[in-house]
Amino acid sequence: MAAPRHSAMLSISNASTPQSTSSDKTQVQQPQSPAGTSGLRVPSNRKTIYDRHLNRSRNAELSRASFAYLFGEMVSYAQRRVTGIQDLEKRLNEQGYPLGLRLLDLLFYRATSTSSSALSSSSTSSSPPNRPLRILTLLHLIHGPLWRLLFQRSADALEHSVSPDTPNEYMITDNEPLVNTYISVPREMSMLNCAAFVAGIIEGVCDGCGFEAKVSAHNQPTEMWPSRTVFLVRFGDSVMEREKVLERAGVK
Amino acid sequence: MCVSTKLHPRSALAVFSLIIINKAGGLIYQREFQAGLRKLSTNDYLVLAGTFHGVHAITRSITPKLPLQNTASPVASSPGTSAPTTSGFSYPNPGVPVSGLEYLETDKFRLTCFQTLTGTKFLLFTDPMTGSVETIVNKIYELYADYVMKNPFYQLEMPVRCEAFDRHLGAWLRGRT
Repeated sequence: MAAPRHSAMLSISNASTPQSTSSDKTQVQQPQSPAGTSGLRVPSNRKTIYDRHLNRSRNAELSRASFAYLFGEMVSYAQRRVTGIQDLEKRLNEQGYPLGLRLLDLLFYRATSTSSSALSSSSTSSSPPNRPLRILTLLHLIHGPLWRLLFQRSADALEHSVSPDTPNEYMITDNEPLVNTYISVPREMSMLNCAAFVAGIIEGVCDGCGFEAKVSAHNQPTEMWPSRTVFLVRFGDSVMEREKVLERAGVK
Repeated sequence: MCVSTKLHPRSALAVFSLIIINKAGGLIYQREFQAGLRKLSTNDYLVLAGTFHGVHAITRSITPKLPLQNTASPVASSPGTSAPTTSGFSYPNPGVPVSGLEYLETDKFRLTCFQTLTGTKFLLFTDPMTGSVETIVNKIYELYADYVMKNPFYQLEMPVRCEAFDRHLGAWLRGRT
């Protein structure tokens, strides 16, 4: 089920609130007490990162080299004390998951703020419902807008499993994943794909929309695209059941 | 030097081979870009790398120094004091650090040594007629910085086994001709 993991993530992000357990409390509040009442650093002009407009960094670009170094360190960090490749991929997936949950909100916010010109009409019925209800709409959201938000281009392919045994499997293909640009996996770990981090982001987006799913990244190199990666999205049974009901009801 | 090259003159690809030596003098990368080079064993390459490292260090230390103009007279007048003799000389170009060996040329090949700020050395064996070797070396350094140093699976100072580096290096040199 999606709920346990999602709620676990929410409780992690709320861990600094007083509702956390007593053991958490002592750990969290010790560093806070010398810093003052709020843990937030406020610059001299009183403008924190939360005062900025969310669309401010909309067209901002990030240095590819600094991202490569950051991601390299994330991989090295995840590599510590792991027992195997699957364990490492799981850790990378877990690093991406909360990012996906949060990106979803940003994605919807930016989608609505561009489609409806005025901000005044927010949260009323005038704005179209953005949250995808059907699997295909969700996958198109991931394939298009999410990929553009992350990598400034759409993903390269979106496919449905042809096997009748696995109707819940969908594949999103990226010919050249940005995260793997500078990474060469050693031969003894050839199964590893560091895009498991991106798989975690996708999983977070799916879970955030209420589609319980497991996403994994697989190497499928071709002559032309040596780092081609396929993200396998496997939806849970409850999602497939709901999908059938929605299809009969004619919900788009 | 110990690399003897039996090459067809005016070969299409003028880059023969590349060697990367780490700052301790160990061989970390070696690749040939042309068929017909005399084969050296891995051990020979390790010896070559170590030997070159030593020779390079020697050429650095034998860089001639010029006597300074203003301190030239005290040196001559009082040879008994040792302090002015050491401080009275400087490199011809004081602002630039001593580079050591940069080129080594024979009638069959030209060895270009490029040393990074951290002490890694790139040895490029090219045809003596090849122009703009500096561009090639800079591009190789760029590829090294990208595909080796940004790879989380590469351990510093260890042999380079990065598939993406090999691929991009080969593709770039092939496309250059």
